[in-house]
Order: sequence, then structure tokens, then C-alpha cells
Amino acid sequence: MSESEIPPQSNDAPASSENRRGFLFAAGTTLMAIGGVLVAAPIIGAAVAPGMLPEKDQWISLGAAKNWVAATTVLIKFRNPGGAPDDGITRENACYVRCIEAGKFQVFAVNCAHLGCPVEWFSQSRLFMCPCHGGVYYEDGSRASGPPPRGLFEFEWRIREGQLEIHSGRLPGLQEGT
Amino acid sequence: MLPTGLKRVALHGVQWLDDRTGVMWVLRHSMFHRVPISAKWWYVFGSATMMFFTVQVVSGIVLAMFYAPSAAQAYDSLVYINEQVPCGWMLRAIHGWSSNAMCYMMLLHLSQVFLHGTYKYPRELTWLFGVGLCILTLGLAFTGQIMRWDADAYWGLGIGAAIVDRMPMVGNQMRAIMLGGTEISGATLSRFFALHVFILPGTTVALIGLHLYSVLRKGISEMPKAGEVVDPATYTKGYEARVHKTGVPFYPDAARRDMVFCGAALIALVGVAAWFGPMGPGGLPDPTIIEASPRPDGLFLWIFAALALLPPGSETFLLLVGPPVGIALLAALPFISPRGERAPSRRPLSVLIFCTIVTGIGVLTWLGVASPWSPVMNAWTSTPIAPAFVVGRTPLELQGALEFQFAQCRNCHAIGGTGGMRGPDLTDVATRLSWDQLVRQIQQGGGNMPAYGKTLSSVETQALAAFLSTLDGGSLRAAIPGAMESQQQIDAAPTPVDSSTTSDAR
Repeated sequence: MSESEIPPQSNDAPASSENRRGFLFAAGTTLMAIGGVLVAAPIIGAAVAPGMLPEKDQWISLGAAKNWVAATTVLIKFRNPGGAPDDGITRENACYVRCIEAGKFQVFAVNCAHLGCPVEWFSQSRLFMCPCHGGVYYEDGSRASGPPPRGLFEFEWRIREGQLEIHSGRLPGLQEGT
Repeated sequence: MLPTGLKRVALHGVQWLDDRTGVMWVLRHSMFHRVPISAKWWYVFGSATMMFFTVQVVSGIVLAMFYAPSAAQAYDSLVYINEQVPCGWMLRAIHGWSSNAMCYMMLLHLSQVFLHGTYKYPRELTWLFGVGLCILTLGLAFTGQIMRWDADAYWGLGIGAAIVDRMPMVGNQMRAIMLGGTEISGATLSRFFALHVFILPGTTVALIGLHLYSVLRKGISEMPKAGEVVDPATYTKGYEARVHKTGVPFYPDAARRDMVFCGAALIALVGVAAWFGPMGPGGLPDPTIIEASPRPDGLFLWIFAALALLPPGSETFLLLVGPPVGIALLAALPFISPRGERAPSRRPLSVLIFCTIVTGIGVLTWLGVASPWSPVMNAWTSTPIAPAFVVGRTPLELQGALEFQFAQCRNCHAIGGTGGMRGPDLTDVATRLSWDQLVRQIQQGGGNMPAYGKTLSSVETQALAAFLSTLDGGSLRAAIPGAMESQQQIDAAPTPVDSSTTSDAR
């Protein structure tokens, strides 16, 4: 293209052409913005949805309430409610059920209140000990020593139709609380 | 030698390629750009980091051909790669050890840049991109540990979730976004897989591009010399003149050292990978196996240790505020100190800060390996007790020895050097505590010990105190009057202690 063929500069363009270009730019920007938001909404929505979904009512049975022996604490395994097919072994979960007396329970999460490591129950000393940073809890879940800022997390429990049920489905945590 | 005709064709081909791509211009400004002649062996660590990243990308792509990023199958697929895939174990070993090598080369590179004051004017952006790469590299290492999907990965995620959950206001939501739900599950592994193989490596590639572009644009720094100060008013002109006059082309002059170092590092990597083999997977990621004792990989052990040693009251604050402040300080460094001396000999404060950080992390890592704060969970059943501590004891004292084991005291307290280290070694506790003090300590606890008054009966407490009051160290005179009858008894090992000892001590 030779110099003589270069089209006239835009400042020589008539006002209608100027307006048309301005309109096209504004329309393009607006359409891109709308399109971008429409595309981004489901993408970002899917990524952050787990933090926004309302809690489901997830009571699960741990077995007949009459089966527990008073003044004992035992590790009970259960399946997380609402799991996905590919959760595999991580869908399994565990809790400590302390039967204080017939019909009276405490159900503890296995996760240390310090940083979530699995605590182990020792029936002889009636203590829970954490292997990570040495948190220790008494049998009623209260903090005995070490870095945990509070006692063990407890599941909400109820007895329905003779079954001991716990409200599960959420990893316990300091803000999560229980 | 190529025949003339062939030469002409080759030259024509190169010219055609250069015309279409501009490749010669790119090469002239990258491979053949001039670097200071003083840039020698100290400058190889950045290249080595990038080489190990390349190893990670290539080995990671092949691993992805076998790895199943599903919580139900990930563990089995890793075992399959280790045991069934031809060269699979070596592939995983190279990926694992190259990850370590990349992190340590990056830290060496960072240390060199810090100590030589290379971050100063006009290389602020080079440094900033490097800080970004440092964070990404550590992120890749952590998410890579999650890919192993074993017990350490599962409980490591639990620890990460517990930290995120401490964030005020948004902790719960952030934790759910991190886990992909309200529990550690298949969705969690999928998220970390996306991070590990798409988001973090993609961002790393982009930042490496920007980092290298900055290096080319502002040049490689010269070796620092005491007295040669960086003055923004004159630095660029002087640097360009010196490089023009005495500089050498990066390829082949400076690249030779990179090639030698990287080649040796690659061979060392293969040697280490072949010798030590792949990393895990360890125990199954089964949340119901609570006998797990999760530990992070070596690079993160110092954080694990810090979490045991931080004062509980300030822990949340330090966990949430520490990392952003640390990163902000690192990023702000070239703006806090943009000029002046670069030689370490003239920057004692910088050297002191560096030594303090390295020593601190080193000591914490060493403590993390030993984990003296962790109870030895099976010491009460598995750790033998030397005959010297039980032979010749009275029935009450022997009952106390049994209480000592069965009440899990041994998990936290050593006797004769074996057992837990959470509490003090009790080999010579009788020389430190009187009978009353022993009973009080057992019943009320304190000093990071649970109160056993809730657990042990009065008789059990008496028996335990009786046993503990026989622990005089074997060669030390008991602090308790009458606890030892004579020096002869002290010298005779095992040392039976008369039952009157305990009653006297009472």
C-alpha cells in the first residue's frame, strides 16, 4: 500500500462517522462486559459454591442407644452423609461416643481442637491424646493440657426411635464450633 | 563439512525462518545478551531451579498418564505406578526428589540474591516476580504432598483446614472453598489436583517468563564489591558501560557454568532418586485409622514445630498475620532498601537477619524431626523398662511401676532415656521432688501435665508415688532425706529401696 492510498485520518472523518465509531466502541465494551459476566458467573459460582451452600439436615444413626455400656468411651465408625461416589475411603469417618449413663451421651469428633489431628482414647488413664503437638483432653472432652484452645468438638446428638443419632457432615473447626 | 549446495539451502532455510519468526532477534537479545564477566558460580542456582521445574513439568505430565485424581482410586494408582508401571517407581522418585531439589535451589537462589543485594535498583520487579515464584514453588510442594493421598495428606489437609477456619468472619466459607465442601473428600482432591497441575504450574510458567524478561531487560547484576554503592542516578549508565566493555555473551561464556552445575545436579538427582526411591504413599487416607501420626514433608517441618511452640494465646494471630506480613516485607525489600552497598561485608544487618532466619528455621526443622512435644503413643505398651528400675522393689512400688505404664505416663515421660519427651525424664525424679510434691503433681497436674486426680484412685496414686520416689538416677543422692540408706546402696545397681524410704519420705 503506497502512502497515497492511506485512508483519511479519523480527525478528518465526518461527525456521523465519529459518532458511529464511538457507539461501536461503547457497544463493544458493554457487550464484552455482559458476556464476560455471564460466562464468569457459572465458572466462579461452581468454584466458590461449597462455601455458600446452606447446611443440610444430616442426622445419621450410630446404632441402638441401649447398646452402650455406661461409663465407657468407644470409637464408632460411620459414613459421611451426602458424600460423592468418588470419595472412596475418605467417606468413612469416626467419632468417640462416651456413654455417661443410660440415655446420656457425649459424642466427640476425633479431630484435635488445636489443628485437627486425630486424637487417641486411652481407657486406662481416661485421657485423649493428640500425636501432633501433644494436646490432651479428659474423658469429658475438656482440655487437660497442651496447645488446644478449647475442649474436644462435640457432635449434637439425639435419640430417635431408639437409635443414637448425631448431626454430622461437617468437619469440626474452631469457627465451626460445636 | 557440508557441500556448498546444501549449505546454501540451509542458510536459505534459516533466513526464511528468521524472516517469518524473528528468531535471530530473540536469540541475540536472550541467549547472546552480554552479562558481567564477574557473574560466575554464585549465579547458577536460578538456572538449576528452572531446570528442576522443567523436570517437574515433564515427569508430571507422564505421571498424569497413570495417576487417577479420584479419592477412591488415587492411592491405588500410586501403588500401581510404584509396582506395575515400567520405570514407574523411578518416575515417582524423580518427581518427588526433583520437587525437593527445586525448592532448595530456589532457596539458595533467594539467599544469594538477598546476600548480594541484587534486589536493589533497578531490579525491583525481577525480585518481585521472584518472590511470586517462591510462593508458587512452596504451593506446588504442598499441593504435591496432597497428591499422595495418604494418611499424611489427609491429616495435613485437616491441619490446613483448621488454620483457614481460624480466619475471622470468612474462615468457614474459605475452608469450604478450600475443601470443596464441608468435609475432606473426593472434591478436595480434585481441587488440589487442579491447583497442582493447572493453576500453579501455569502461573509459574507465566511468572518465569516475566522474571526472565526482567533479567534480560535490566541485566544480571555484577558480583558485589565493598565500596561500590548503588546510586539510581548513575547506576544504569555505569552498568551498561561496564557490561559493554568487559561483559561476555551469556551463551556460551556464562552458560558453561550453568550447564556444568545443572548437569551435575541432574546426575545427583537420578542418584538420590534411585537410592531413596519414591516418596510414599504412606498409610491409607482412612479417617477411621486414628493411630496416625501425621507429619509434613521436610520443607514444612519447621512450621509444624512452630505450631507446637508458639504461645497458644498468640497462635491464631501469628498464623493468620505472620505469612502475609512476611510476604509483604519480602516484597517491599527493594523499596525499603533500593540503594547503597551490596557487599555482604558492608551490610551486617542483612547478614544478621539472614543468619537469624536460617538458624531459626534450621533449629525448628531439627525440633520438628525429633518432635519432643509429641507423646509417644505406644510407649506405654511397647517401650521396655530396664530391670534396674524394677528389681528389688516392694509390691507397692511394683504396682506403681505398672500404674506408670498403664496410665500412659510413659507416653510423655522417659525413664532411663526411653519413652516420651513431652514431660521431663523421670529417671532421677526422686532427687527433684519430695513425696508430697510427687503426689500433688500426680493428682493436680500442672506445667502442661493433666491432673490424674480424676483418673487414679488414692491407692493407685500412692503406688505410683512410691515407684517414682525410687527413681533417684542410680548414682545421685536423693534429695529426700532418708530416701537412700547409704552410698553403697546407691552404687549397687539395681538399687532396691527399702519400703521405709517411701514412708520416711512421706
